[in-house]
Amino acid sequence: MERFTSLEAIACPLGLANVDTDQLIPARFMKRSRADGYGAYLLHDLRFDPEGQAQAAFALNNPHFAGARILVAQRNFGTGSSREAAVYALWDFGIRCVIAPSFGDIFASNAVKNGLLPATVTEAEAEALLQLLGTATHPMVKVSLEEMSITTGDLSITFMIDPVRRMQLLNGWDDIDLTMRHQHAIDAYKADLITHAPWTWPRITCP
Amino acid sequence: MTPRTLFDKLWDSHVITTREDGEALLWVDRHFVHEGSHHAFRQLDQKNRAVAEPTLTFGIADHYVPTRGRPLIRDPELAGMVENLRANTRRHSIRHFDIDDPAQGIVHVVGPEQGLTLPGLLIVCGDSHTSTHGAFGAFAFGIGASEVAHVLMTQTLWQRKPKRMRISVTGQLGHHITAKDLALRIISTIGADGARGHAVEYAGEAISALSMEGRLTLCNMAIEAGARCAVIAPDETTFKWIKGRTYAPALHDLEQAIAGWRTLTTDSGAAFDREVTFNAAMIAPTVTWGLSPEDALPITDLVPDPVVQAEGRSLQIAEALSYMGLTPGMALQSIVIDRVFIGSCTNARIEDIRAAAAVLKGRRSKVPGLVSPGSSGVKRQAEAEGLDHIFTAAGLTWADSGCSMCVGMNGDLVAAGERCASTTNRNFRGRQGQGARTHLMSPAMVAAAAVTGRLTDVRRLPAVGD
Repeated sequence: MERFTSLEAIACPLGLANVDTDQLIPARFMKRSRADGYGAYLLHDLRFDPEGQAQAAFALNNPHFAGARILVAQRNFGTGSSREAAVYALWDFGIRCVIAPSFGDIFASNAVKNGLLPATVTEAEAEALLQLLGTATHPMVKVSLEEMSITTGDLSITFMIDPVRRMQLLNGWDDIDLTMRHQHAIDAYKADLITHAPWTWPRITCP
Repeated sequence: MTPRTLFDKLWDSHVITTREDGEALLWVDRHFVHEGSHHAFRQLDQKNRAVAEPTLTFGIADHYVPTRGRPLIRDPELAGMVENLRANTRRHSIRHFDIDDPAQGIVHVVGPEQGLTLPGLLIVCGDSHTSTHGAFGAFAFGIGASEVAHVLMTQTLWQRKPKRMRISVTGQLGHHITAKDLALRIISTIGADGARGHAVEYAGEAISALSMEGRLTLCNMAIEAGARCAVIAPDETTFKWIKGRTYAPALHDLEQAIAGWRTLTTDSGAAFDREVTFNAAMIAPTVTWGLSPEDALPITDLVPDPVVQAEGRSLQIAEALSYMGLTPGMALQSIVIDRVFIGSCTNARIEDIRAAAAVLKGRRSKVPGLVSPGSSGVKRQAEAEGLDHIFTAAGLTWADSGCSMCVGMNGDLVAAGERCASTTNRNFRGRQGQGARTHLMSPAMVAAAAVTGRLTDVRRLPAVGD
């Protein structure tokens, strides 16, 4: 997993609440192989009309925000389905950090496992950022995970993130390697379960 | 000993080890995989690892299976998805409920039906509606592909303990008022992120009175309030349901299990981080009008006016109304629909099919529609009761089981601009198809809408022959 320490990049303001994972990647694209990249599908039906023409009014289509690696949105970003493809679409598009007042739990977990930072700010801070980016000549934002800070122009915000997730992103840890160190404890737990609660194994496939 | 909540007990019994930073390694008792799990199997292959506990892992073909013309799958892309799961489960010796299996169906319907879902278990699946299984007093939640891969490789998962929230529902639900109406009311009150970061326990008189089907519907929709998971304390209703199910414990094992399950209740005096109470008598048939399940109102109400809404909400409402093609202030009951869908892991169990059939009996639907039972078992049961004839006589299509038109992955889609009264769980923009407009409601309310061709208060539907 790629580490996240700090990033200075163009930030795109998405003034939307409840950006659900069905928006982040519509279901019909999820049959496709990740090998081809999921970036083209990101927010597809908001970026393009049914004929495939780019919606000029949609912020991600605005040349001013071309090359954005940061998204700013309103509350409950990534709500809905558990599809990790929503994170793949953001990642393959080039997004490395989403700033919002709240995130869907499963989305936030998926994001961290792929090295993408979900930075939580207050509603007022998100609003201030959205306003500023909407009018900024250079919509550049600096995000430091070490300092848990977001800075752009005169605005400086301290964001929130679960300390464990922060460490995972800073270190780029792989969960599975970590888990294997506990194999002995896992085996002991399983042995105890078989002794004391054999009913937890499905009846007709008992080991 | 400190009094504990039901969730605390479920948590404690699954902790293998807790790290200094507070993350706990949890044992997983049941893991369901579906066609969408291909990303996780690929991760397994990349690391050249085996499935740690194939006997605790179950495959189910539900997301991409067609609901008609089975077992043939005409679309090569869909066939590929189904074949991919077949190959992965075969290669790893995982019991697979394939498209032609008599027990096939939607994972969250099949798990309980087969007795795989039991109180006290930790259940995961790469699907957000895994919260459904909490209806049995199980600790059940949806996970992403990386976590699916982790569970396949280790049968464990790292988790941070969520906060605890109790949603109490006092009193009794009125006639024709269902768990779906209750769920929509709760979400519209606390918000689509109102339970974020929390394990929810549903409790109270109205919850105890719910059938297992109703409890499953309620816990299914907990994710739409952002909950990490939802639980209901198991009771006699739960034990009665489980007895005799294919994979459930039997005889001495069952006695031992039930003795343990009886302790799965919240101790008196146990602390919750948050408490919310609802009065069941105040719940009306509820429908959604917007693009989030939190956009729900009693059927007797009017479409909201963005101008009179609080700051910050007005833009969201205006955009939703524009997409939905609705006018502020119009009566919800004047909204004309183009089709209906009865199905999904939310509302396609036998009780749901019966409720819809009871309304449609002897009537014609004014619009086309699809009825997809939650499992092949539910389909057989409904056919044994003659319910399929009620739907077909009404002009609706009686189909096979799968996720179908709830998520549209199998090609069952609502056309652009069409308005669908649906028993499903998400009214997101384009959820049922690009440009599709979804109104969520209970099966009886969908049936009532079919009869009149517009959103309708099922309580006011004249009796047949009137």
